[in-house]
Amino acid sequence: MGSSSFFYRRLPSPLHATRAGIGAVWAIALTSAALILYQPLILCAMLLAVLGAGAGAGVGHPLLRALRTALIVAVPIVLVNVLVDRDGLTVFARVGDLGPFGQGDLTVEAVVYGSVIGLKVALLILVTTLAGLAVDPDELLRLFRRFSFRSALTATIATRMIPLLAADAQRLAEAQRTRPGGAPGGARARVALLSAVVGGSLDRAMDVAATLEVRGFAAMRRDRRGVRERGGGGSLRRPLSRHDLAFGASAAAVLALALAGRLTGAARFDAYPQIAMPLHLGTLVLGVGLCLAILLPFADRRGIER
Amino acid sequence: MSAALLRFERVGYSYPGADRPALSDVSFELHPGEFCLLAGLSGSGKSSLLGAACGLVPHFHGGRFAGRVELAGLDTREHRPAELGTLAGALFQDPETQLVTSSVRAELSLALESRGGAGAAVARGVEEVALALGIDALLDRSTHELSGGEKQRVALGAALAGSPRLLLLDEPTSQLDPVAGDELIGLLRRLNQEWEMTIVLAEHRLERCLNAADRVIALDGGRIACDGAPRDFLRWAGEHRPALQTPGAKLFSLAGLEPAPVGVRQARAELRAHGLLPGGGAGPHLSEPAAPGPVASASPATSAPRSAARRAWPWPKRGEAPAALDLREVWHELREGPAILRGASLRLAAGETVALMGRNGAGKSTLLRHAAGLLEPTRGRVERAGRVALLLQNPGDYFVRERVVEEASRQALAAAGLEALAARHPRDLSGGERQRLALAIVTDGEPPAVLALDEPTRGMDRGAKAGLADELRARAAAGQAVIVATHDPEFAASCARRAVLLADGRVIADGPVEELLAGGWYFATETARILGGAGGALLPEQGAELLRRDSAVEAVLS
Repeated sequence: MGSSSFFYRRLPSPLHATRAGIGAVWAIALTSAALILYQPLILCAMLLAVLGAGAGAGVGHPLLRALRTALIVAVPIVLVNVLVDRDGLTVFARVGDLGPFGQGDLTVEAVVYGSVIGLKVALLILVTTLAGLAVDPDELLRLFRRFSFRSALTATIATRMIPLLAADAQRLAEAQRTRPGGAPGGARARVALLSAVVGGSLDRAMDVAATLEVRGFAAMRRDRRGVRERGGGGSLRRPLSRHDLAFGASAAAVLALALAGRLTGAARFDAYPQIAMPLHLGTLVLGVGLCLAILLPFADRRGIER
Repeated sequence: MSAALLRFERVGYSYPGADRPALSDVSFELHPGEFCLLAGLSGSGKSSLLGAACGLVPHFHGGRFAGRVELAGLDTREHRPAELGTLAGALFQDPETQLVTSSVRAELSLALESRGGAGAAVARGVEEVALALGIDALLDRSTHELSGGEKQRVALGAALAGSPRLLLLDEPTSQLDPVAGDELIGLLRRLNQEWEMTIVLAEHRLERCLNAADRVIALDGGRIACDGAPRDFLRWAGEHRPALQTPGAKLFSLAGLEPAPVGVRQARAELRAHGLLPGGGAGPHLSEPAAPGPVASASPATSAPRSAARRAWPWPKRGEAPAALDLREVWHELREGPAILRGASLRLAAGETVALMGRNGAGKSTLLRHAAGLLEPTRGRVERAGRVALLLQNPGDYFVRERVVEEASRQALAAAGLEALAARHPRDLSGGERQRLALAIVTDGEPPAVLALDEPTRGMDRGAKAGLADELRARAAAGQAVIVATHDPEFAASCARRAVLLADGRVIADGPVEELLAGGWYFATETARILGGAGGALLPEQGAELLRRDSAVEAVLS
């Protein structure tokens, strides 16, 4: 039950109502912005905006759970950076000789830079999760098939395998709990369970592939030229909806703002040798602008019910 | 006669590494508009034959293939399943692996898009198939959220979306409740009769679909053992393969009546003609209780049937025997969803056998999970006199080791008759052996106070079911309380003394099987439906005894 909330489900939200191609471009624009920018305050603003977008898309709870996972990933990044980084000047603790890591001079710069990287990773996880929950994977795969049949086939099987294997793992774990004395504990039992799921995945993949075969998926490769000639390809030519336009504009604005912030110095941030993070009006405008660009498409909720 | 749509010519096939062929010298022709039933015990070659008809054998599974299969004149050796897919739609057993996209609409579109349908044609095709199957309300639902029955209908819709001329189905009702199963068979009949769709249906529970079929092909060890009209098949089964007889045919055979009936209606007409049913009424004039059989003597605790309106207070009465399992007003409410159980109460005494029945989604599996302690009630209480062993639906889920001997103790394997297979990989066992191994795993060690089984007969042939019913009765005789969730009224009648009907998370009826499974339309055995519930006869043996007795009375009176 719990696992199903991590898969795409059609919900009444502007992002769900947007065609998958534009939804994917919007998500790519957000991840690109997260990669381009280093200014921690801007990244924090973006993170809050993405959480707000998740709420606007009706997937706030799973996104918060994804944030928890992202923090679990981010904390080790910060710790490792603090331990291995030697470029900072502001030492806040000396822990002596750390063996292969050399002298343990822990610096504020390493903490901040590690946090920025952690923040970027968290943003990437959140945006990917949001896209996974709100962008129709079937429509995306349909787009994909026009360009690369093999990749689309692999992606289709892989997409289907994720929920199938999640359900298999859940069922196997439950079955182990019904053994006398409960589920066997320890690493060996976990490895056995994992290997059973992985072993079963081959059979599952075969079954899914057989289904795709009898549904004529492979025939599409041979007929693709014919399909185009007949004007097919499966999708009706839909005019751009208000949401398509809004998210397309949002994607363009986010990318433009991120590039502008980088080029104009409004989002300047240097961690080493000492932290340099000038704050001025441009920084504020950039932060607010990014938040508005991300969140505004969610304000228009007309025509979101199918 | 029209040209054959499907032609098998001396087809032989062996799976890679198999030591014996799955199909041997199989030859037959199928013409447009025929409804053909494939009968046979587990491992007789039904699924392989269906695979060969749509080209998955040998293109997808590999192995050694001999002979020739032609689908609408196309040789399956030269055309891949994807090309043949425009002619043949296929629906296999497990709906989970037949849904390959995340939404119902995309699922139905896929086959049409794969065949190059234009956008408008795809949209129209999806709409039409959804309306035909009554799944239009599901179109925008995610496939992850569907129930088993809904998934099966969507998978059938996907198979039908390309308007194939031939529909191949491999035990499509095995996961469906009796109502959904009957609906599916009715739908197939409509497709066959109104649109002349040719249908090949492999099924273990022949009584569900025999009267819809024009023809039955029975397979035995990969060979065609019988190919004829349903009546001819029943005659052959009576003489050569009693395990394939329908309950109605067995009832007639045991009562010394002929010919074997193809369905309930025909059976009742025959009985009426023999003067064993009154002319107009639905109820027979046989009213005395059935002869004692495995179901005839209800335990004292359950001898009084209770409807929902007269449901007893769930707390034990003074002097009542202690319960092996006691569920008191159990609620299971999802945090962000509906209540699955709504105050379900159930009390099992030691040595009692109970069949838990109800539609898909009624709450049977959830109730068993509460009984076994896998779930905690959001309200209500569960009391157990000892360990509750739960056998879940898929026996394969228990196997995480490389060898059978690592899964359960030697004693448990010996008791299950699996000692000789100790060195084998669990996944290499047959369906019946896997079921026995899973049962050995959950009952290993100290005997449980309660044994709960969730749909243990899925995909089992009649012989394997009879074996399991014997095992459950033996365990009950040894003092274990047995509760089994099942959609199979025949199995429920053969192993249980008490039946509990669950609907919408509540117990709506609870009583001896001969009362609960005798009078209904769906939750009734074929024997009971033929005899109109007379004398509480549920199984062919009991019905035949009743008929013989009544024949004798008639003879004396006349």
